[in-house]
Amino acid sequence: MRAGRPRRSGMRTWVPVVLGGLLLGACETAALGGDTGELPMNALDPAGPIARLQDNLWNVVFPIAVFVFVLVQGLILFAVFRFRDRGDGTPPRQVAGNTRLEVLWTIIPALILAGIAVPTVRTIFELADPPAEDALIVEVVGKQYWWEFTYRTEQDPADDVVTANELHIPTGREVYIELNGRDPESGVDVIHSFWIPRLAGKADYVPGHTRTMRIAADEPGTYPGQCAEFCGLSHANMKMVVVAHDPAEFDEWFAHQAEPADAEVDGQIAEGAEIVGQQCVGCHAVDGLETSAGVQIAPNLTHFALRERFAGYILDTTADNLHAWITDPQDLKPGAQMPAFGESLTSEQIDAVVAYLQTLE
Amino acid sequence: MTTVTGDRLEDVWATRPGLVGWLGAVNHKQVGQRFIATAFVFFLVGGVQSLFMRYQLGSPESTFLDPETYNQLFTMHGTTMMFLFAVPIGEAFGIYFVPLMLGARDMPFPRLNAFGYWAYLFGGIFLYSSFLAGSVPDSGWYAYPPLSGPEYSPRSNLDFWLLGVTFVEVSGVIAAFEIVVLILRFRAPGMAISRMPLFVWSLLVTATMILVAFPPLIMGTVLLELDRKVGTGFYDPAVGGDPMLWQHIFWWFGHPEVYIILLPAIGIVSAILPVFTRTRIVGYTFIAAATVAIGILSFGVWVHHMFTTGINLLGLTFFTAGSLLITIPGGVQIFAFIATLWRGRPVFKPPLLHVIGFLVVFVFGGLSGVMVASVPFDWQAHDTYFVVAHFHYVLIGGVLFPVLAGLTYWLPKMTGRLLDDRLGTVAFWLLFAGFNLTFLPQHVVGLLGMPRRVYTYPSGIGWDVYNLLSTVGAFVVAAGMAVFVADVVRSRWRGAPAGDDPWGGNTLEWATTSPPEPFNFRVIPIATTRDPLWDERPLDLAGGPAWRRELAHPVVSRREMVSTSVLDAAPHEVLTLPIHSLWPLGLAAALGVFLIGVMVDRTSIGLVGLAGLAVCVIGWLWSRQDEP
Repeated sequence: MRAGRPRRSGMRTWVPVVLGGLLLGACETAALGGDTGELPMNALDPAGPIARLQDNLWNVVFPIAVFVFVLVQGLILFAVFRFRDRGDGTPPRQVAGNTRLEVLWTIIPALILAGIAVPTVRTIFELADPPAEDALIVEVVGKQYWWEFTYRTEQDPADDVVTANELHIPTGREVYIELNGRDPESGVDVIHSFWIPRLAGKADYVPGHTRTMRIAADEPGTYPGQCAEFCGLSHANMKMVVVAHDPAEFDEWFAHQAEPADAEVDGQIAEGAEIVGQQCVGCHAVDGLETSAGVQIAPNLTHFALRERFAGYILDTTADNLHAWITDPQDLKPGAQMPAFGESLTSEQIDAVVAYLQTLE
Repeated sequence: MTTVTGDRLEDVWATRPGLVGWLGAVNHKQVGQRFIATAFVFFLVGGVQSLFMRYQLGSPESTFLDPETYNQLFTMHGTTMMFLFAVPIGEAFGIYFVPLMLGARDMPFPRLNAFGYWAYLFGGIFLYSSFLAGSVPDSGWYAYPPLSGPEYSPRSNLDFWLLGVTFVEVSGVIAAFEIVVLILRFRAPGMAISRMPLFVWSLLVTATMILVAFPPLIMGTVLLELDRKVGTGFYDPAVGGDPMLWQHIFWWFGHPEVYIILLPAIGIVSAILPVFTRTRIVGYTFIAAATVAIGILSFGVWVHHMFTTGINLLGLTFFTAGSLLITIPGGVQIFAFIATLWRGRPVFKPPLLHVIGFLVVFVFGGLSGVMVASVPFDWQAHDTYFVVAHFHYVLIGGVLFPVLAGLTYWLPKMTGRLLDDRLGTVAFWLLFAGFNLTFLPQHVVGLLGMPRRVYTYPSGIGWDVYNLLSTVGAFVVAAGMAVFVADVVRSRWRGAPAGDDPWGGNTLEWATTSPPEPFNFRVIPIATTRDPLWDERPLDLAGGPAWRRELAHPVVSRREMVSTSVLDAAPHEVLTLPIHSLWPLGLAAALGVFLIGVMVDRTSIGLVGLAGLAVCVIGWLWSRQDEP
């Protein structure tokens, strides 16, 4: 070894310290900055019992990790600087090992890991409980690139409520999500993953399988989420939102959704209804339109105008956006499956369709 | 042979002159050097792709890249880094340095070794030719069906991926096969298995893992290609197949893969630490045992990539336990390294700086790994930027820093020139700072809900600033890499001569010239301890049994090497190695032609390739292998 000139160590000590501090600070910010207006998808800001179980685990694991981090990095830095070569040429004592130490540093990590494993396994089992008696069951299908939610009713399939991208739930009640990849009427495409960070972790939608998970919200509010498994061109544009209502309000919403919209159909709106009845019902269901065959290839439009946003929940439901969308969907959402109608319909006809859609409340 | 020096040993090991000689070279140092250089070029290409992505994500709703290009870039970035850089670079170091460390003269099957390189190179070119064809793979480096299947990826982009990756995997299996034989049968006499350098231990375990992990993936990719070309439907639920089958096959390979690329890096660290702390490594036996333990346990963790796919309770608990368990041997190694630093006198030269960078960053990645091993938390973190940050801490910390440490440590041996300490130090600090700036914020933005593989994100939900920091960091990393590359290029012409042993090394590669002669050692060294150069300086290069003198001054013009027994490395027999051959290149080219035929659905091209394969195999086996 050619003896190296010893260097000042000041600069090297603070870099990792600062970096460590930055991480702690950042995580702290993430954990505490639970203002939903600013961080609507903060996984460390649980808004329901399921997400809280998962967050509790983080509250155990994270401090342990920080403790080990500080300890080990401290050891590294101490060893590196305390014993660095000072150019005085003294060779270190040659020792090949210390069995007692080596056994010790095998056993201690094992104990720490056991400390993590116990709450982990307990939480796994708690989360796997069967759904509560009164759970609301919602069938979820992920499609390129939007989400379909079906509320099954026991009496008549015609009474089922089908929505897109907006999942309405009652507060204080468990919601059992069935990710149905076993050939629902609407067909299956690729793998997606259902994720509402503030309500629960994610579960994949897998073609050929049915996967289940539970979500629940304590307070009324809006909880955004998005597809978490890469599913193609517009994976980034496959969003959704859970809207939690007071139970009474939810029942009202549900009853309203089960009925067709009572639109006044005349003039321009009648023209729009006619076009929709001819051109759109091949893919979309619109309960209340005579020609609608209940096809579920594309989003159910029965109460379309009540939805805040559309197109994978990326566009506000405004007349301008709707017009642009119908004209050329791929321009707004690359890879969207809906054909462009800019060629086959005149601008006035599209206006009429938009006017009709906006009455579907 | 045009240059005759009069020394039979030099003459028989010399490479033939000219282009034909270059193409037909089979010596492990030439093959290893090409492997290292090619892998490094692919690394730089993959790195540039990440800069494009980071620039896109530097601001919300950026229109710098369209989604199609973005998806292609992250697919090729992952594919390049995993298949074309991380695995080959580990094997490349093995191919170049394990024979030197073992006192061997070459790999046991030099022609196969050369074929492995050509298969790797052609596989990489095959993958990248998709850019010329305008049909770049875009289903992620893991290519999950149905998205990668015939219905949702009808163009040829996934064919490029499947065939190219298979080509490269074949190369990986071949190199692994050779490394195992080399280590078990061609160690210096006296180098009992308990005296092997830890770097050699890590390569032995790695190569064994490759032999278990890669063939199933080759099978898996062939099945998916059949789904695409023939309509078999192995992964198609509509006809009784199952997309989960692919995920199990892929991660059966994919998680051991992480340790396959990590263990050689751990080996590099184990090689450098004693030299730069001037003390013997602490806990040799524990480190070697931990390496073997990691090799075994790594096959019991693959499902942790699939925790969100609906795994039953037993599976979840088992694979959580496995994932937690594997951190124990990892921790054993880290603590042994820290103890070595503690016992020694660390000398701050670039190789050691990179090793310290490895320790600091890798420990961080290990801790976030423990977090995601905890299933219920993983359900939140999975497929978010938290995981992206986690595995970059593991892979850049665990692979890139050690690889750079290894390059700064061993490049003087390969070229005979030293790198510049100051440039090396600057490069390290830029990389270290830039790396943390890039990936630290990604933990946070992941917890704030940002999923992976999104080409854009909206403003106003708290993600902007972290993404901007990350992008700035990526460009700092790029600056660090530029300095590193400049240092390497500079040393080629202006580097100080390295001499045989610039660092005061402990292992046998420092006992020969820099760069080494084609035959590595005129006199086969005899190793009696773990640190032969520290314990017996100078090495005993005279005397010994008669075969030793005969190998040093051969009486026949043959490339000869001594094989030894598996455990004690007792001399067994003198073997003759094959020389220069163009058949490996021909075989790889024929295989490439066949794959192109499959790719473009032309039976005629495929048949030409198959015919070429047959000709090359026959030619290879028929040709005299042992005489010039």
